[in-house]
Amino acid sequence: MLFTSFSFLFFLALLLLAYYGLGGGRQWRILLAGSLIFYAFSGWRNLLYIGATIVSSFIATTRMANLLERQETYLAEHRLSAAESKSYRRRVKRQRLRWLIASLAVNLGILAVVKYTGFAADNLARLLQPPGVVWETGGLHFLLPMGLSFYTFQVVGYTIDMYRSKTPETTERSVFRLALFVSFFPQIIQGPISRWADLKQTLFTPRRFCADDFSAGLLRALFGLGKKLLVADRLLAAVRTLTAEPEEFYGVYVLVAVFLYAVTLYADFTGGIDMTIGIARMFGVRVTENFRRPFYSASIAEYWRRWHITMGTWFRDYLFYPLSLSRPLTRLGESGVKLLGKYWGRRLPVWGATMVTWLATGVWHGASWNFVVWGGLNGVVILISQELIPLYKSFHARWAFSNTRFYHAFQVLRTFWLMCFIRSFDIYAGVGLTCRMLLSVAARFDGGRFAAAGLSPLGLTAADYVIALLAVGGMILAGRVGAAGAESRPAALPARLALCGALAVMTLVFGAYGPGYDARQFIYNRF
Amino acid sequence: MGKSRIWRRALVIMIFYGALIAALQQLLTPKYMEEIFEGALIAEYYAAEKDHDVLFIGDCEVYENFSPITLFEEFGLTSYIRGGPQQLIWQSYYLLEDTLRYEKPDIVVFNVLAMQYGEPQSEAYNRLNLDGMALSPAKVKAVLASMLPEESFWSYFLPLLRYHDRWRELAPEDFAFFFQRAAASHNGFMMRSDVKPVGRIPAGAMLEDYALAPVCFDYLDRMRELCGASGMELVLIKAPTIWPHWYPEWDRQIRDYAERYGLLYINFLDNMENIGLDLAVDTYDAGLHLNLAGAEKLTRYFGAALRARGDWPDRRADPALRAVWAEKARRYEEHRAAQLREIEEYGQVRSFRVP
Repeated sequence: MLFTSFSFLFFLALLLLAYYGLGGGRQWRILLAGSLIFYAFSGWRNLLYIGATIVSSFIATTRMANLLERQETYLAEHRLSAAESKSYRRRVKRQRLRWLIASLAVNLGILAVVKYTGFAADNLARLLQPPGVVWETGGLHFLLPMGLSFYTFQVVGYTIDMYRSKTPETTERSVFRLALFVSFFPQIIQGPISRWADLKQTLFTPRRFCADDFSAGLLRALFGLGKKLLVADRLLAAVRTLTAEPEEFYGVYVLVAVFLYAVTLYADFTGGIDMTIGIARMFGVRVTENFRRPFYSASIAEYWRRWHITMGTWFRDYLFYPLSLSRPLTRLGESGVKLLGKYWGRRLPVWGATMVTWLATGVWHGASWNFVVWGGLNGVVILISQELIPLYKSFHARWAFSNTRFYHAFQVLRTFWLMCFIRSFDIYAGVGLTCRMLLSVAARFDGGRFAAAGLSPLGLTAADYVIALLAVGGMILAGRVGAAGAESRPAALPARLALCGALAVMTLVFGAYGPGYDARQFIYNRF
Repeated sequence: MGKSRIWRRALVIMIFYGALIAALQQLLTPKYMEEIFEGALIAEYYAAEKDHDVLFIGDCEVYENFSPITLFEEFGLTSYIRGGPQQLIWQSYYLLEDTLRYEKPDIVVFNVLAMQYGEPQSEAYNRLNLDGMALSPAKVKAVLASMLPEESFWSYFLPLLRYHDRWRELAPEDFAFFFQRAAASHNGFMMRSDVKPVGRIPAGAMLEDYALAPVCFDYLDRMRELCGASGMELVLIKAPTIWPHWYPEWDRQIRDYAERYGLLYINFLDNMENIGLDLAVDTYDAGLHLNLAGAEKLTRYFGAALRARGDWPDRRADPALRAVWAEKARRYEEHRAAQLREIEEYGQVRSFRVP
């Protein structure tokens, strides 16, 4: 069921009626039922996958909490020496670790098998198949259950948090409440990857209908729908034309492709997140923000602090930090100090952890070499930027112009285009083709062809570009208003409704949907 | 601002946007007043008087080939044609259900050419047949039965969803007929006075399977049962147009069906001479459809057959009704005269709408 479909609107209306109509302590149960129904629409078999994830993580976390509880009771009842107490705690920790590993094995195992078996099999076949023979691996490519990467990460984060927790009370003791946390329908398609501590604050709270909350949620959801239908789905047609015929659209058109894709992806992903946050708010649930105007970033590192924030913080908290402090990387640092000296030796664990984190981020996005290269490139650029910080500092200290707005604008543009080039690995099929297309920008720029034909071969009319441009203008304006703190000074209900109506009418009339357009799922749903 | 004032303002805003969406829908939905006039037929019924002895349902072979004016003037039978281009049998059935919400005719005439289609064919034809239907359970069922997988159910009830992109192609007719549309037919009959003789009669291609689809017979059963339950006589016809090809194997199946249930079935293709049809002068598109002259000949033959079949009252005896139909006949003759004038002047018909 697409967020942009009328079936979804119907489903949402029914669920809202039930949610506020029945009210009270039943509300979260209604949300759970709605979430499971929504999920079942993607294929009832998918319920088995998400069911396995919920049950396994529930068992593991409750066992870990039980062990913690027993430890507290035991220590309270027995007077142990410090050494005995430490030894006892260590033993319990080991037991809890076993449950953590078991849970991670199940959940990451499902993710690995379903998402990566086909990729692994393809590569193994390519390596091992005799010359002239093609091994068929099609049967090993599984259909991805909806939102698998997102809910797996969410539940893995929860399980690790519960392992790290010092108090058993933080663990959820109802499998149904945990099920709602994992399957909460507005965010299952493409995140954000919520944390238990944040989401539980509002997810289970009984509430009465609040017109202000509801209208604010509706406005946000309509804004997201507008981004998706006015910009993303309209421009995606041009991006597809550009990337489907690489022999035709090389050189300058590669720049057009990566630029349009940047706008498309932003509108699509942030549009989806706006819908998620807006829909959740219509139920009174607050979901974490996932973007902070990333295209205003002055560096790649900053960009990743502002784009898909919950994924970035997830990798930081559950992979980068543990990895940086892990024994193998600590040892690598120690060996590095001996071999390369203090400064460079200490940098080695950071480099290692950064590269592993970014390669994992790439692989999380998709099972293909394109994403491996994409992740690697991000890591390399971030590392180079980090290593050049002292140089930047002296540059800024020496040259006054580098502290002006003009220079900042240059940095923003530089970051935008750098990300566009890195993102090109997301749009062309295959690493080789992507490299060839990027090289063609230098080798066969062919600006004259663009000057003659312009954007007309891309299948969109001038009116389409005008609509997209105006909508992008609206997005920028709304972004500035949001950044100026409009959220904390909400408009009055009638003004908000007027804005909702205007957005709805514009999207209804000028949206790219219906015959001639594909009904498309959000781009990030495939990750 | 007080709470009640806020809510009053909110209500005004909602009403404003509701009205705006309704107006935009009205503007962007095709009017079918300058081309593809067939698209206007189904909706026209709701504005017509609801007192008909005969209801025609089916595809272009009914709305191009029978003249309700002739049927009234010469046989005293009032009639309406709820035909649509490539109207599928389930669409005909649900249009019959829809019609029964307003009136109960004595005779229902169904053209059996649609029996060749056991599956929905195209979105364009679905639209021409279903968009004009008033909101009713019959419409919901017709949409569900007709939709192709890529179609949106909701867009049949909020057509703005389907036609929102027409802002690119808005024409003067969209504004001219914003509030009210002109009539495109005479009680569902689309008049064409021009002539294009039949040149060559194409042979029907060999088919792998001549069995008509079971789903079509299911709907024919439902149509027959509905007519029986409502005291209406169901008459099956095959119009005398020579293309698309009507196979003898198909004809046999319909004949057997009609015999089994005691229905009147007239295949006009077998009666071309008796009807007096001359395909050199009685068709406007080389045999696909009859022109006005051909339609009037066919209507006379059919009217006589109906009169021979049953003792339905002659409605010409009702002065009020006669006055209504006299006005219809006046417009009909005006239309005919306009078309004949255009043929003489320009060599082709230009007035497709009723003047």
